[in-house]
Amino acid sequence: MTGPRPALETAAMVRAGEEQAVDVLEHHLAVIDAGEESIHAFNLVTIELARTQARAVDATVTAGGDPGPLAGVPVALKDNMCTRGVPTTCSSRILDGWLPPYDATVVTRLTEAGALLIGKTNMDEFAMGSSTESSAFGTTRNPHDTTRVPGGSSGGSAAAVAAGFAPLAIGSDTGGSIRQPAALCGVVGMKPTYGTVSRYGLVAFASSLDQIGPFATSVADAALLFDVIGGHDPLDSTSLNRPTPRVLSVLDDGVDGMTVGVLAELLEGAAPDVVARVSEAAEALAAAGARVEEISVPEVRLGLSAYYLIAPGEASSNLARYDGVRYGLRVDAEDTVAMNTATRSVGFGPEVKRRIMLGTYVLSAGYMDAYYNQALRVRTRIIEGFAAAYTRCDVLLGPTAPTTAFAIGAKVDDPLTMYLSDVCTIPSNLAGHPAISVPFGPGDDGLPVGVQVLGPALSEGTLFQVAAVVESAAPHLASPRITTGAPV
Amino acid sequence: MAEPARLTREDVAHVASLARLHLTEDELDLYTQQLAEVLDHAADVASLDLAGVAPTAHAMAVTNVLRTDEPHPCLDRDEVLAQAPSVEDHRFRVPRILGEAP
Amino acid sequence: MVIGLEVHCELKTATKLFCGCPNMFGDEPNTNVCPNCLGLPGSLPVLNQRAVELAMAIGTALHCDIRASTFHRKNYFYPDQAKDYQISQYDEPLNVDGHLDLPDGFRVGIERAHMEEDTGKTTHAGTSGRIHGADYSLVDYNRSGVPLVEIVSRPDMRTADQARAYVTELRAILVASGASDGKMEEGSMRVDANVSVRPGPDDPFGTRCEIKNLNSVRSLGRAIEYEAERQIALLESGERVVQQTRHWDEGAGRTQALRSKEDAYDYRYFLEPDLVPLVPDAEWIRAVADTLGMMPAERRARLTELLDEGGGATRSQLLQVATVVELRLDDLVVEAVAAGVPSALALARTANEAATDADAARALDPKSYVELLTLEANGSLSATQAKAVLAELFVLGGGDPAAIARDKGFEAMSEDSLAATVGEAVAAHPDEWARFCEGDDKLAGFFTMLVMKATRGQANGKAVAAELRRLKG
Ligand SMILES: [Mg+2]
Ligand SMILES: [Zn+2]
Repeated sequence: MTGPRPALETAAMVRAGEEQAVDVLEHHLAVIDAGEESIHAFNLVTIELARTQARAVDATVTAGGDPGPLAGVPVALKDNMCTRGVPTTCSSRILDGWLPPYDATVVTRLTEAGALLIGKTNMDEFAMGSSTESSAFGTTRNPHDTTRVPGGSSGGSAAAVAAGFAPLAIGSDTGGSIRQPAALCGVVGMKPTYGTVSRYGLVAFASSLDQIGPFATSVADAALLFDVIGGHDPLDSTSLNRPTPRVLSVLDDGVDGMTVGVLAELLEGAAPDVVARVSEAAEALAAAGARVEEISVPEVRLGLSAYYLIAPGEASSNLARYDGVRYGLRVDAEDTVAMNTATRSVGFGPEVKRRIMLGTYVLSAGYMDAYYNQALRVRTRIIEGFAAAYTRCDVLLGPTAPTTAFAIGAKVDDPLTMYLSDVCTIPSNLAGHPAISVPFGPGDDGLPVGVQVLGPALSEGTLFQVAAVVESAAPHLASPRITTGAPV
Repeated sequence: MAEPARLTREDVAHVASLARLHLTEDELDLYTQQLAEVLDHAADVASLDLAGVAPTAHAMAVTNVLRTDEPHPCLDRDEVLAQAPSVEDHRFRVPRILGEAP
Repeated sequence: MVIGLEVHCELKTATKLFCGCPNMFGDEPNTNVCPNCLGLPGSLPVLNQRAVELAMAIGTALHCDIRASTFHRKNYFYPDQAKDYQISQYDEPLNVDGHLDLPDGFRVGIERAHMEEDTGKTTHAGTSGRIHGADYSLVDYNRSGVPLVEIVSRPDMRTADQARAYVTELRAILVASGASDGKMEEGSMRVDANVSVRPGPDDPFGTRCEIKNLNSVRSLGRAIEYEAERQIALLESGERVVQQTRHWDEGAGRTQALRSKEDAYDYRYFLEPDLVPLVPDAEWIRAVADTLGMMPAERRARLTELLDEGGGATRSQLLQVATVVELRLDDLVVEAVAAGVPSALALARTANEAATDADAARALDPKSYVELLTLEANGSLSATQAKAVLAELFVLGGGDPAAIARDKGFEAMSEDSLAATVGEAVAAHPDEWARFCEGDDKLAGFFTMLVMKATRGQANGKAVAAELRRLKG
């Protein structure tokens, strides 16, 4: 086979004792060693933590136990999820030196499933961005072309999987931060239904939109990872207390008899080569037995504006706690207000400041109703628009991002243009719905294009079925040159 | 809904102080221009007539999530205080506070 | 003068409002903390069911509507506030539109009683211990996230006495409902007062000032009186009252300006996205109401009714009723009366003697207390003797009153002197005697009381009744 070995296969071999977790790990550490300098996917490679976990997995197998469904599979974790005793930075200077005293629920679930936490991945500072360029620790580069961005904000996780540093990675998606980088890096990325994966221990950006999800090289591997991290968590009040869809077991059920709506509004601003790929994916679904039709949800056009009022509003409050009192950076000053101000002014980068100010403004007296509350009403309209579409269609189809990966530096001075990168992914966050991005061949420039499948709340099973069919029909995409590792 | 007044430099200075951020004069100019652009883009939302549409703050309708009143273990104080920039007498030390809470 | 009060009350839960850290006063600093109450990145709140039920109990006791409610974030920076926002109920509070009746019957409206979290505690290092002049401050987050209910009255009170009575009564209700220990001195109940004045009863209300740091009923009364005088003096000298928040300085006996309305803070309230709406259904509300014990007003009414049966309550007896209920000794009175002790005697003994050591009285086996009062009522013990036995019961923490009386050598008075005393009472009240002889049996109690008074309680009640029957023929 070409490319990295599937996580499903690795886990099966480790569980069967046919391969040692420590060997899987050392192979990936070698790949990281060879490629990380040119990619910079990680803020920290947690070598010792992963080695300890690998030895524990091997010991469990030797003792006749089952180390879990992710046995011996390295997983890269976005650096906004708390890991006890391991730096968690959100790629921000303001969390300088902070060692969380607790693990995020997703970290606990991964560890219990036998995964090896191989490192904390680079990201846009506090997940605010679409290119990973707002990281305080330097830009991550796209493994397919290191002059291009990997997308963001989970750019490090997407790049780590694309580069073969880890077969699986975890990201968080507030407005497209898993799906957009997955599309740009040519990997699978999925945002679950809001409330499906616990946010406990995920450093908040915009609480009502944030959701953790998987990255993988294949739809099946993404399904494996989703099944591990999903499920009710009493530590998160917004976690849904109802059976989480299991997706791995329904993956091969096909799309025969389903209705797929190609969402017109998502095609509007997309580049012609991207639109062409979406059409081909739709044809492939039709060929597999789905009824395909074009559908319009006009409210979706309002998504971007609503998002850039709601998300900064929540963020301005979520990021107030970085005040230099209890943890992280402090810049000393004469009095507490001056200390808070100096700390935050030095600790936050320009994009974070921009969003904090925007959010403070839209929540402030006199503007709250015109902006923030109005955006919440638009959110209602978007949900209603989707609901109408889902009375006719099982899933919707569109591009994940309007273009392939853009050049590093191309949009950093123009926030509004950068924000437009998320136009196709934002509506699902506002509605709380799941969506998945599947690589679907190259664009005209040879860089990956992602096709996005959107579904109603808790439709993950259907979503993965459709994604599997799309994947099976995807045109060939050249592996990133950076991938040096052959299967061990 | 009537569109709100255009964002001014003074507005940006005011929100920066509410958010405990210090801006240089150049930053103040830059942010005023950039934020105004984003808010202009949001005019499509601000100008809609949505009277009678209920706002959605939570996409998933869930109510009454409660936990029982049972204690759980607390964090180790040394581990907590080791993270603090300044500690005295097992408490978090902060510089002079100039006023009461608002 | 117009007064509205805002009372913050800490709820008596085992754990905090949004996390499982112990809700404990006085522990070592920063030991009852977790990611949530330190505002660590990634932490999330989960609502405490018991806290909700205690808040609903308060709402029920204050005759509020209990409704579907939501939590908001109140955003402001302060070092004792771990997240730099407070989670509080804002435009949709749990309890609205209730009232509280003062013992004299005056009704104070309750605007709302909502849930919110407490902050940590700041100590100011340096010379004074006060915020001003301190070189630096130290923060302990043990109190961060402790559940509070904020009870906001309508501006219905007109005198400092009413404000005092309101806080006293509210405290009794909070204690009776099991929601709070009501300890103002430990800060588990904190009062802010809004005060304004107007020249005459038909003039519009003036500008109000809010007074903070009132940590006793005494301070509350003094502060309100001071503040009203200050505002009247301003108006009389032609100046105007500026809307302000003022701090009560107990030592100096005056209020001082903290900040004015012009600095009104923009809290940017918005719905807390980490919590979901709280929607109590009728069944839950009823279940909470069913567990609620009797409230002070009901307890007072119960005692007053007992006195009514004995001929109606006097003004001083109404005060005794208030005292007994406030000290939660009213069950003793009720039990004694049920056992045949005259209500006036039971009430007086409880309000005057038992009240001197209410804790000991509450700890006593009610049976021995009732037995003691019975001995006094039937004349086996005089009032003085009964008081001595009660004191001994308190010291011993219980016991057999008759045995204690024997040990002390107390004996009942002779039959001859009793007959003489009864005769004197009859002679002194010929009209009542005539009515008694015509069949008004209630007057037996009247004559018994006269005899008890004359003998300072040493007479035997049964012997008095027998003597009355004998004289009547
Ligand atoms: Mg309050
Ligand atoms: Zn806690």
